[in-house]
Amino acid sequence: MEIQVDMMQDSIGQLCPMPIAFMARNMKKLEGGQVLEIRADDEGAHADVPAWCEQTGNEFLGKEPADGYFRYYVRKKVG
Amino acid sequence: MAEDNNRAAIVVMSGDMDKVFAAFIIATGCAAAGMETTLFFTFWGLNAIKTGEPIKAKGFLGKMMGIMNRGGINRLNPSRFSFGGIGRILFSKMMRDKNVASLEELRQTAIDLDVHLLACKMSMDVMEISRDDLIPEVEDIVGVATFVKEAANSKIQLFI
Repeated sequence: MEIQVDMMQDSIGQLCPMPIAFMARNMKKLEGGQVLEIRADDEGAHADVPAWCEQTGNEFLGKEPADGYFRYYVRKKVG
Repeated sequence: MAEDNNRAAIVVMSGDMDKVFAAFIIATGCAAAGMETTLFFTFWGLNAIKTGEPIKAKGFLGKMMGIMNRGGINRLNPSRFSFGGIGRILFSKMMRDKNVASLEELRQTAIDLDVHLLACKMSMDVMEISRDDLIPEVEDIVGVATFVKEAANSKIQLFI
């Protein structure tokens, strides 16, 4: 997946609700339109990252498998 | 960011480790989703926001209560398999082994995400718990009307 990432969050080894809590905090630091990459191996993240995006109005760009974890890409909404 | 009713109001009545876990996880999730989140601690739930230091009660019954029910986030026992305190140690170990955040870390995460912690005045009076017995992050000591106002403006209301 060719996505330009503005910030990377390493949540490997973290369980619910930590990946989401860190994601919320990191997204606050980004500008609208910027992209956060979250690396997580918690299975709950498959459902939770898109659910969080739907709830907050941010854009879930997709995920891709990596070595023992997944990369999730989220774009911060503008405004 | 929060719309007017984009709020969550959660009563924490229980002082059981597992239920307090649920309360902090849900509160963290709500706050992470941009909701203005408030936890109301009442009765046994107050144990989750006590400092864990000896209770400074004045009356005899209050002192006894403080000894038997000292509280503090690391002293909460699970609702089942408590085994007189051993259950807490077992659960803590299992959670640590699985990399689940401890209750204390979870409470700090909630605080960092601006979850509001409120304490119930009436149960504090009954159990002779003073402001100094609670952690400094507790924002206010309130009554039921504050909860009703908050709950009426919330999309999510829970009683744990």
